[in-house]
Amino acid sequence: MSNASQSDTTRPGTTVLTGAEIIWATLEGEGVREVFGYPGGAILPAYDALRKFPIRHILVRHEQGAAHMADGYARASGRVGVAIATSGPGATNLVTGIATAMLDSVPIVCITGQVSSKVLGSDAFQEVDITGITLPVTKHNYVVTRAEDVAPTLREAFRVAQSGRPGPVLVDITKDAQQGTAAFDFTAAAPKPYRPHPMLRAESAAITDAAALIRNAKRPLILAGHGIIKSGAYDQVRTLAERMQIPVASTLLGLGAFPATHPLSLGMMGMHGEAWVNHAIQQADLLIACGMRFDDRVTGTLATYAPNAKKIHIEIDPAEINKNVKADIALIGDLRQVLEVLLPHISTVNESPWLRAVNEMKGSASVRDIKNIPDSGHLYAAHVMHDLWRITEGKAVVATDVGQHQMWEAQYYKHNEPRSLITSGGLGTMGFALPSAIGAKVACPEKEVWAIAGDGGFQMTACELSTIAQENLDLNIAIINNGFLGMVRQWQEFFYEKNYASSPILSPDFVKLAEAHGIPGATVTTRKQVEAAVAAARSRKGPFLINFLVEKEDSVYPMIPAGAALHEMIRRPEHDPLLETASDS
Amino acid sequence: MMHTFIALVEDKPGVLTRVASLFRRLNVNIVSLTVGRSERIGVSRMTIVADASPTASHRIMASLYKLENVLDVDDVGQASCVVRELALIKVAATPKTRSHIFELAEVFRARIVDLAPESLMIEITGVESKIEGLLQVLNESEDRILEVSRTGRMVMRRGQHTSRVLDAMRVPATEANQAEEEDPDASTALMAEESGL
Repeated sequence: MSNASQSDTTRPGTTVLTGAEIIWATLEGEGVREVFGYPGGAILPAYDALRKFPIRHILVRHEQGAAHMADGYARASGRVGVAIATSGPGATNLVTGIATAMLDSVPIVCITGQVSSKVLGSDAFQEVDITGITLPVTKHNYVVTRAEDVAPTLREAFRVAQSGRPGPVLVDITKDAQQGTAAFDFTAAAPKPYRPHPMLRAESAAITDAAALIRNAKRPLILAGHGIIKSGAYDQVRTLAERMQIPVASTLLGLGAFPATHPLSLGMMGMHGEAWVNHAIQQADLLIACGMRFDDRVTGTLATYAPNAKKIHIEIDPAEINKNVKADIALIGDLRQVLEVLLPHISTVNESPWLRAVNEMKGSASVRDIKNIPDSGHLYAAHVMHDLWRITEGKAVVATDVGQHQMWEAQYYKHNEPRSLITSGGLGTMGFALPSAIGAKVACPEKEVWAIAGDGGFQMTACELSTIAQENLDLNIAIINNGFLGMVRQWQEFFYEKNYASSPILSPDFVKLAEAHGIPGATVTTRKQVEAAVAAARSRKGPFLINFLVEKEDSVYPMIPAGAALHEMIRRPEHDPLLETASDS
Repeated sequence: MMHTFIALVEDKPGVLTRVASLFRRLNVNIVSLTVGRSERIGVSRMTIVADASPTASHRIMASLYKLENVLDVDDVGQASCVVRELALIKVAATPKTRSHIFELAEVFRARIVDLAPESLMIEITGVESKIEGLLQVLNESEDRILEVSRTGRMVMRRGQHTSRVLDAMRVPATEANQAEEEDPDASTALMAEESGL
């Protein structure tokens, strides 16, 4: 801490501070330089003490935004994101963001003010049982009622958030705990060491068996999940794939963990995965699942999922083993560590007939280069994604919202770098793009950051435009505007006889809205205008918004209806002017 | 089927809610749950009997372990164990009808722990089926049962078993239990074993 009061020194390294000061001093000690928050009555002592510490506070416009920003910050950087809110409504507004981080195992620490411990449980003004409310959506949470407990609790919260399978932690600190004083000693407040899950173990017999399965497999496939990014196992997964010439299919959150332009990369699997990826899974005789959890969006119906394949499941959370898909061999542990033990057992092959077959499936089925499609005057979201990828040379950090544009992004923006796609996979939280992009930009100011949202999701957290303006953040916003809640409309078209109940949505003029915040923007209606608008956004120092008015009733293909088998895809109709990314074979 | 889990948990406020909430989320009904202090300082022992599918055990154990306050979990479903439950049963009984209840208590090795002009209280310990047997006989002999309080199942593995996880974590024994100090070398070896890779 820099200017904190040093009134009493009981022993070296120990200073007496208020609980409020201890909050910031502990955050500083944990290496936190930026936090996202919103002040209010019960957290005011903490805000009063903030000026004494070298921590940048980004004022959000809604606490949901604070949680998403902390989330985007953590996903982009790998560091713990911190969100701060007051008691009552401030705390409850965080909940959607906390649940989003929980479902995608993102390490964030949320600090909430709470009414004084003397009135806890009395329905005092702005009192809510936030630890009770967030119990099922946090990895763990705490109530702190004494100043001396602030530092040890916060330090433990950071440890819990990052260790094992990461996740969000909430620390609820009463006003009197902030106002009280206590001796502060960062080192002495160290949490008890991380205790590995007692069920964490990859038996050497299982490693040997797994290696034998991999060596003997004729049609192996790696399923690349978020865990690769969490454990930093990029090199190990790549070595495994290259040594045995194993093609790699990615989950949505696994995109970027394995380079998309690598010859062994197949692309995204699952509900909106490319046809050849899902066909490859169904034909494989071995699935090597790396840090993924066989979510229903990637398996389709479990009854017919990868019927010919043995499954090796490498996963840090034992509760995921056999939850959805039965594993023939479970290797429970940190992915990188497990692969490091496994790799010496894996020999090198030069030739893989299976890889050739998969590539043929891909080759004959793919017409990937959509930039060559004649310009029919229509603007398709897929065009926008492809052009964005091309113009940014695939190097931008992209934060998406949820829905059609999210799937098009996943299909057409090829991520070669980990932590370059920030998207809400598990919870599917609309309104995620704009605040998580802010968090990503704050975490990685040197990176080019794009927020891509639909016209529906953008309006859920559009208030954060004001945060961008106040912080003058150099990030670009692309709105894929089709006048519908697009994915809802697509489901209504496919499964509800085109009854477009409440899916058409009226939006403000987004460019004018941006201008009202002092943010310049442009509207794009044809393919020809895309390049110039993107160039304008990129060249400008500061925020820029592009409103892409795209084809209204386009759908994401291929699509596996919920509950159908992985190979039972709905394909793009022949007459549709946009070429398919895969044939209808 | 019935599963029986022993969870050794930190003795802190809110831990019971976290454990109970886990079963609620998995939509698993808790049949009985007993909590009390254990042989270690700051550690409570929960015995949880739950009705779930035969394959649910792994997931319940793994999920219990994910709770920060849970230190060790044991599934004692198949193990060789001593199983006990205690029940207090209050029966309406006049001086005229008491004697046959005394006889029943004798047969079930139960004790009469309270006697009032119009009622008496039976204390019985044993496996669930024994307690249910006494209740059934009381019902069939048309004695009116006024109150029943049961502790739920308590289970302990037979033989020289203790929590290896808590040994590895060096959680100290409570004062009453501190005479049996563990071998420090053994716990280091266990810690290495517990840490997996």
